[in-house]
Amino acid sequence: MDLGTLRDKPRERRIIRGRLLTAGVIGTLLFLLLAGRIAWLQTVQYDHFAAQSQNNRVRIAAVAPTRGLIRDHRGHILAENQPAFRLTIVPERTDDLAALIDEIDALIGVSDAERDAFNDARRRGRGFQAVPLKLQLSDRAVARIAVNRHRFPGVEVQPHLVRHYPYGPIGAHAVGYVGRINESELRERDRRRYRGSSVLGKTGVEKAYEDRLRGEMGSERIETNALGRPINVIERDPPVPGEDLTLTLDIDLQRVAEQALGERRGAVVALDPRTGAIRALASQPSFDPNQISQGLDRATFQALQSDVDQPLFNRAIAGRYPPGSLVKPFLGIAGVASGAVDVDEEIYSDGTYRLPNVSRVWRDWKRGGHGEVDLEKAIVESVDSYYYELARRMGIDAMHDWMTRFGFGLESGVDLPGERQGIMPSREWKTETLGEPWYQGETLNTGIGQGFMLATPIQLATSTAMLANRGAPIRPHLIDTGDESAPSPVKTRPLMLEDETLWQTTINGMVDVVHGDSGTARGINEGLDYRIAGKTGTSQVINIPQGEEYDEDEIEQRFRDHAMFTAFTPVTSPGLVVTVLVENGGSGGGTAAPVAREVMDAWRQQQETGGELARRWR
Amino acid sequence: MNWPDGGVNAVARRATGGLLQRALHLDGVLLVLLALLSGFGLIVLYSAFGGRIEPVQGHLIRLGIGAAAMVIVAQIPPWQLARIGPGLFVLGVVLLIAVLVAGQLGGGARRWLDLGIVGFQPSELMKLALPILVAWMIARSPLPITLGRSAIVLLIIALPVGLIGAQPDLGTAVLVGAAGASVLFLGGLRWRIITALALLASAAVPLLWQFGMQDYQRERVLTFLDPSREPLGAGYNIIQSQIAIGSGGINGKGWLNGTQAHLEFIPERHTDFVFAVMAEEFGFVGVVSLLALYLAITARGLWIAYEAQDNFSRLLAGGLSLTFFVYCFVNVGMVSGVLPVVGLPLPLLSYGGSAMVTLLTGFGILMSIHTHRRMWSS
Repeated sequence: MDLGTLRDKPRERRIIRGRLLTAGVIGTLLFLLLAGRIAWLQTVQYDHFAAQSQNNRVRIAAVAPTRGLIRDHRGHILAENQPAFRLTIVPERTDDLAALIDEIDALIGVSDAERDAFNDARRRGRGFQAVPLKLQLSDRAVARIAVNRHRFPGVEVQPHLVRHYPYGPIGAHAVGYVGRINESELRERDRRRYRGSSVLGKTGVEKAYEDRLRGEMGSERIETNALGRPINVIERDPPVPGEDLTLTLDIDLQRVAEQALGERRGAVVALDPRTGAIRALASQPSFDPNQISQGLDRATFQALQSDVDQPLFNRAIAGRYPPGSLVKPFLGIAGVASGAVDVDEEIYSDGTYRLPNVSRVWRDWKRGGHGEVDLEKAIVESVDSYYYELARRMGIDAMHDWMTRFGFGLESGVDLPGERQGIMPSREWKTETLGEPWYQGETLNTGIGQGFMLATPIQLATSTAMLANRGAPIRPHLIDTGDESAPSPVKTRPLMLEDETLWQTTINGMVDVVHGDSGTARGINEGLDYRIAGKTGTSQVINIPQGEEYDEDEIEQRFRDHAMFTAFTPVTSPGLVVTVLVENGGSGGGTAAPVAREVMDAWRQQQETGGELARRWR
Repeated sequence: MNWPDGGVNAVARRATGGLLQRALHLDGVLLVLLALLSGFGLIVLYSAFGGRIEPVQGHLIRLGIGAAAMVIVAQIPPWQLARIGPGLFVLGVVLLIAVLVAGQLGGGARRWLDLGIVGFQPSELMKLALPILVAWMIARSPLPITLGRSAIVLLIIALPVGLIGAQPDLGTAVLVGAAGASVLFLGGLRWRIITALALLASAAVPLLWQFGMQDYQRERVLTFLDPSREPLGAGYNIIQSQIAIGSGGINGKGWLNGTQAHLEFIPERHTDFVFAVMAEEFGFVGVVSLLALYLAITARGLWIAYEAQDNFSRLLAGGLSLTFFVYCFVNVGMVSGVLPVVGLPLPLLSYGGSAMVTLLTGFGILMSIHTHRRMWSS
């Protein structure tokens, strides 16, 4: 302190005090600046930030409704919802989505298909919405994710429901399946209804009644934290569950039909001719819809799609085949009603048929012919030359008009997606589609259900029902309206015949097809304790798809005739129509008719027992 | 020598302040202000911890330790501090070097020295040792400080700032630098030099950018300039804390009702960003109250400096007060998006031990300076 005496202490004090004052003023100004900044944030910008904070806090999540159940007409559940866990990601909450998915992949496995589906869904969703990555997690995967949860911001394991088909492949073509929505499907729908859900009906009843099965979306306002984890639900607008549907289908009968077809490619349509209620709609080979609803990987799905046997193809409603001799009862009625032939008129069959000035010879299926043939016999023995003559007399135009009245060349109107229309040719049809004139020979071919003529099994069943009903048309349907006295509208008008006995004559012929000594389906009448009216058909396979390679056995097999049979029972008051098609099955009587008999036997038993079937059908 | 408390209130003041001031060497005004601030801090922290009481109790215990340190330090007369100042500084520098060589890695930076029982941050010691040393150096010579001495002091300040910055701990480096600089400023550093230093600093920015900063520090500055650059990365903190502040409005969302904080949107919400929690729940009313409290404490510190009876005490008291102010300003500035995020706690509100103990020790020094006046001068 010796220097202190030389120093100007008051001046030094003034200097420091001056600086203290300056610092105080600057400090106060700086704080005012801060206060001003914060005032700006909290007043001018308040609305903006309040909204942002609200957005931060609340996430609106769509709540998918539970999909309606599908039952058969006895109440067996054909499609239900099973609880499962799925893994979702909120893209906004993650830094590096690809890396995150890689990590999840390393932990529980993520297929390419799942990755693709996720990316598709993510592109159409908003960043804050949870996008499903895996639809079904094993218990092990759930546990693994739970343990590693802290590593995965934005990743949630959510309970949800997956579609399950207890009967698997049985009835799969009728019931259909659900699959992930893709972008084009979403485009043609109301997006709001599909927000937050990932599946929709792709085929069958699942697709046809999508709107009723689906229900209405609900929503939840969920409070979330910064990691996107839900904290609590603020408000809930509950979803409206989808409607449960009851089908006319009988799963027991369906099983019988499929088992009767066995390994063969083919279709069975069984329906109630009084109402059009479909009892069985089989198409073989089938597939397991559970695999698809659970998210099939692309390779497996493509394998299913490119399978030569086309398991995904619903032959019953989309397979088009030359109906062959199945047209004969209908053409017979047409021939008599149009005056081309008389019921009792006999036409001689020597095994061949010729047209004047045409070198080609049309043959009967039976070498040597059937002799004198009237309408009934023509049906029973399926006499081709009778129908060549009938066709010649009627001409293609009258045939077209009459057959159309039975529904040939039309859609049956079944309530399923993907039904294809058959072909009932006419002069106009040929000019329009092929640009060629009609030749008389083609009329003859049409007379035995060959040539250009094509029909689907369901349309054949519908036409058969009209026959069984003696002119009353039906519209086949799978949905049980609960009021079968009022059948759904049909395209075909009732067919009134001047001579009502013509129905009986035709039906008599069909009864003899099964029960007569010379009937083409007499092979199935052994031990038959009820009566069946039926008609066999064996149609030539005209073409095989070009550019496809088969080995020789395969070619041979695929060249073989399609076997067909259509029938109804009981004869007096028909309750069931069964139409069977077996691709490349050979003769209708030998291959297709036994399938129909099997179905009818089962149905008869159900009638007697009130629904129960004996062990051999279970 | 004038008694500061002459006049009508003298009797009353002596009655209340006598015991505190003479026997315990505490300043009643600072004590009340600090108690108010700490109490408010506990309330805000309780909310920031989502209504859990345990961490708040921990905070209270540390507050007690800090208060004890404050009381103890208040008993040490300023001249003793001046005497140990250089030694403390040298110790601090040695420890900082030790940290760089053998420190514990914490959060990507070497800041801690493991002393067995507790981790110790030498940079905390430097927050006090540097202003004491600088005040001691400046007070030895006549004021205003000469150019040459200014240069020496600047070099001395640069040494610990550089060491802390190398850890790297930008926030503490800024704070320690501010502590030294404010003492230098009070010592009469010429405005010409201040201007020159400011120019030099702006010229040095590109160099510092290029060579003196870590990637994450550059990132912080870039993000500060444009938070939306990386809305989910570094900018996220700034955006979310601004949302918290802005959505608080005039009156706030109410205590324990801050959704930004409770839903975990605010990062480090109980430490560096606790101000955002406060602003969200108490609104502009709370912000003004808190800033007023900070300003009042700073003002009281500056008043203590103003009234101090020797240059060392004046410089040290003023320097500590201004350091406290910088502390508050930088933290509130960064949380409200006015300054880049450098990582500094908010005095007495943020959860965390050593910074609070240092801070209260500093207030102990202020109280000592205020209460030892007559003895010191006589």
